[in-house]
Amino acid sequence: MLVVEGPNGCGKTSLLRILTGLRLADSGEILWRGQPIDRLAGDYYEQVNYVGHHDGVKYELSCLENLRLARAMGVPSPLDLDDVLEQVNLYAYGDSEVGSLSAGQKRRLALARLLATDSLLWILDEPFTSLDKASMEMFAGLFEQHLQRDGVIVVTSHHDISLPTRDLQRLNLGAQA
Amino acid sequence: MSNRLSLGQAFIFLLRRDLLLALRNRAEYAMPLLFFVLVITMFPLALGALPELLARIAPGIIWVAALLAAMLSLDSIFRSDFDDGSLEQILLSAHPIAILVLAKVSAHWLVTGLPLLIVAPLLAEMLGMSAQAQPTLLLTILIGTPILSLIGAIGVALTVGLRKGGIILSLLVLPLYVPVLIFASSAIDNAAMGFDVSAQIYMLLAFLLLSVSLSPWATAAALRMSAS
Repeated sequence: MLVVEGPNGCGKTSLLRILTGLRLADSGEILWRGQPIDRLAGDYYEQVNYVGHHDGVKYELSCLENLRLARAMGVPSPLDLDDVLEQVNLYAYGDSEVGSLSAGQKRRLALARLLATDSLLWILDEPFTSLDKASMEMFAGLFEQHLQRDGVIVVTSHHDISLPTRDLQRLNLGAQA
Repeated sequence: MSNRLSLGQAFIFLLRRDLLLALRNRAEYAMPLLFFVLVITMFPLALGALPELLARIAPGIIWVAALLAAMLSLDSIFRSDFDDGSLEQILLSAHPIAILVLAKVSAHWLVTGLPLLIVAPLLAEMLGMSAQAQPTLLLTILIGTPILSLIGAIGVALTVGLRKGGIILSLLVLPLYVPVLIFASSAIDNAAMGFDVSAQIYMLLAFLLLSVSLSPWATAAALRMSAS
């Protein structure tokens, strides 16, 4: 797990977007298992899950419909979608339109994509925005589980992320500026 | 190794999602059709009781209105996906983006192009278009409107990242629409006069094949640029 830190505007989001390939790096290249990601394309993307500043959920669709689409775009995980919603405490809202949910609930739904699809690398930009304390702890627990399954997480956060895991690295972008 | 969905399934899934979204935003998606009908119904009122004149300019009126209606609806192909971050998720999909783009454009055509095909006979009748020209009218709309969606998608993909891309979009896209306009209305004209129209129809088909095979790739590349 890599935690990217630094003050506003130091390029945390840019770094994460470059890692996803959404943004091109001015110089250098991104390697995944020794191969440049632009050559791997689909083979890289089926292992990546990105939750950015925007939740990337459709307000006119229900929670379940949103997750089904996320599955269709990536690799579906063996979990049942109802279980996924249960885990992020949205079970009661499965058929509600996302537009009627609160900001924190939308964020939880965006993060539920991580469970609905099977991917190795989670790239998360401020995942805890508008989450309450209980939800933050719940997701911290899910991150821990993912790491134990040999998953990789790259995350930026202004919230304190305290995980019991040992292999937590910190990268402070502000220090170089 | 992985159990990701087949490309065909993903295509249908995205197509269905966009149709569902259109269904839930009915008012927004009905606008282009309403515009098409309104513009055409205004012409007989403005020109007065001149049936020969109306019948003569009917192909032009219908096609110009179809062109403008398509312009009106283009922005909706990618705008909301861009704004709420869904576009990023689509770009990060494990499937080839060009095929997903084609799914979105198909949905756009089903929602905005197909309805024109359905109301066109009614409007043609209203403008007094001769019966022998009407099959050709429908044929040109059937072939022509997908071209409008496909070409338009490239323009929208290029401009979706700009805050006020509307004017640039029309400057980019309208010139590319002109060939479709010329061949389609000339086909209907010829049909009204009883001439052979196969040349124009073949040209339109060639445009369609060209845009189906090239536009999704160009659109995908443009979307990548807009998203970065």
